[in-house]
Amino acid sequence: MSIVLEAKHINKYFKKPVLFHVLKDINFQVKKGEFASIMGKSGCGKSTLLYILSTMDTDYEGELLLNNKLITNQSRDHFSYIRNKHIGFVFQFHYLLSEFSVLENVMLPAKKLAEKSHEEIEHDAFEKLKMLNIAHLAKKRASRVSGGEKQRIAIARALINNPSIIMGDEPTGNLDSHNAENVFNIFKKLSDEQRLSLLIVTHDEDFANKTDRIIQMADGKIIS
Amino acid sequence: MTNWNVILNIAKTHLLTKIKQTATASLGVTFGIGSYITLVCFMTGLNAMLDNLILNQTPHIHIYNEIEPSKKQPISLYDNVGESFNVVHSIKPKISQKKIHNALPIIDHLEKNKDVRGALPQVKTQIFYIAGSIELGGNLTGINPIDEARLFNMGDYIVEGSTEALQNTDNGILLGIGIAKKMSLKVGDRVQVSPINGGVFPLKIVGFYQSGIADLDAIQSFTNIKTIQRILGKANNYITDINVKLYDIEQAFPLSKKIEQQFKLTAIDIKTANAQFETGTTIRNLITYAVSITLLIVAGFGIYNILNMLIYEKMNDIAILKATGFSGKDVQLIFMSQAMIIGFVGGVLGLLIGFGLTSLIDTIPFKTEALPTVETYPINLNPMFFVIGFSFAMLSTFLAGYLPSKKAKKIDPVRIIRGQ
Repeated sequence: MSIVLEAKHINKYFKKPVLFHVLKDINFQVKKGEFASIMGKSGCGKSTLLYILSTMDTDYEGELLLNNKLITNQSRDHFSYIRNKHIGFVFQFHYLLSEFSVLENVMLPAKKLAEKSHEEIEHDAFEKLKMLNIAHLAKKRASRVSGGEKQRIAIARALINNPSIIMGDEPTGNLDSHNAENVFNIFKKLSDEQRLSLLIVTHDEDFANKTDRIIQMADGKIIS
Repeated sequence: MTNWNVILNIAKTHLLTKIKQTATASLGVTFGIGSYITLVCFMTGLNAMLDNLILNQTPHIHIYNEIEPSKKQPISLYDNVGESFNVVHSIKPKISQKKIHNALPIIDHLEKNKDVRGALPQVKTQIFYIAGSIELGGNLTGINPIDEARLFNMGDYIVEGSTEALQNTDNGILLGIGIAKKMSLKVGDRVQVSPINGGVFPLKIVGFYQSGIADLDAIQSFTNIKTIQRILGKANNYITDINVKLYDIEQAFPLSKKIEQQFKLTAIDIKTANAQFETGTTIRNLITYAVSITLLIVAGFGIYNILNMLIYEKMNDIAILKATGFSGKDVQLIFMSQAMIIGFVGGVLGLLIGFGLTSLIDTIPFKTEALPTVETYPINLNPMFFVIGFSFAMLSTFLAGYLPSKKAKKIDPVRIIRGQ
């Protein structure tokens, strides 16, 4: 099985207010089609790790490989490109652009990538929305839809460029159990049917237990 | 790689959903530019009018024979007292002729100079206007009326009659309006003038002259050169003054120095003669620009403020855009283009408002004794002001947008996302 994401000897320090060793020699891999979750207590560094893996945080030591290519120490513009093309992101607080329509929100990363024509992008965005059963919301303003719907829209947006991996920072943390279940099922389906890799940080033990693999973290180290 | 379509689309959406803020920011620019255009057109219009009041009538170089004492007193020519210390009391000016020697060849020579637009001869003399037993002192100047109208806008200061009438009438006179009032004369009447050396000549009034300077209008009249030569009993090469008009006013000083050296005459250039006037113009221009720049800077700060607020409101959007693959440069461009759109729309509206206001001012009646030909407030509609105004709108919005957008570029998405 090919490896999508690999972390080698990742170390991270917070320099303010006092020097603090957050992540201590992190090594792990995410394989293609794997649905992995990261669990741990608050402050154990799991979100910090996720943001390093997502290339948004570049202030760390160690090596990060995406699709077996080293992506450490590159230009910021290149990181933007990598996030755009290879990484889909889902946050705890939905994070849509509230002034744009649902469809525009989904289309935006693809427009930025500009590999397809406007019509193709619009078609793809509709497909993604349909797959998540929210096609009827396409023309609505993003600020006018419910929380569960927003999270599904965010997932559609994360999928639009057919990324190598989806990362989630407590994507169900802000949802009721019904919607959380719903989001989990979507992830599961993506993993099973499209062999998409997923790496989800979560507090929710029920959620984590249903994933393929749980990465337990404590005090900046992976313990299992 | 910059995808302008996407960036402009986001900028447009931001601006349109916050239409009130956008309008406020644009109006800031509009009023700044509008008042700049109005102010600068109006002020420079007034300035030009005031300048013309004096400068149009004034020759760029005035050549004449100055009455002055000899520079070398006879005693210094006497060798025997060469070693001693001489004091000469009560020096009197030297008797010299008022007439410019060889005036007509000099005029020909000047006309050939490529810097010279024209050189006009004049004959100036003191006369008395005779009304019954009353004698009023005055000046009578002999001119070539048509040429004077062409080079020195003589026509602007004739309130009745015309220069052509003076040219065509033998023994005609263009009477100062002040004298005409004192003596209750009207066009077509005859006025008697008497030169200092005696004799009385009746002249026919062909028009009135009003310079706007009351003291001058109360003494000054004009007639043909031939007429005045006849009154004075002089030959037709009797010329007392030569007025030179140049293409470039800056050449006046060097040329006047050259004429003085070459012909041993006195030549005064316009800047020396009207030094205080230059200063006034410069200071008025300075005030105009100081006020306009203040207006534009205030407008610039308005934009800065609003964009700053917009960026604080849009922190989440910025974080999302960055997380989904927009680079810092893209985000900066989004906010820069918003600033530039505000500047463009506000600037264009400002130009229109400025144009409207100046057109309005241009129709307001403005009557003054001093300026017989001016009927409405003067406006200087120089396209350059519009170009400057628009450029400044774009420049100030660029600067006002640059700092906030730079901040947006540097925002760390992780801090925003985790801060929630």
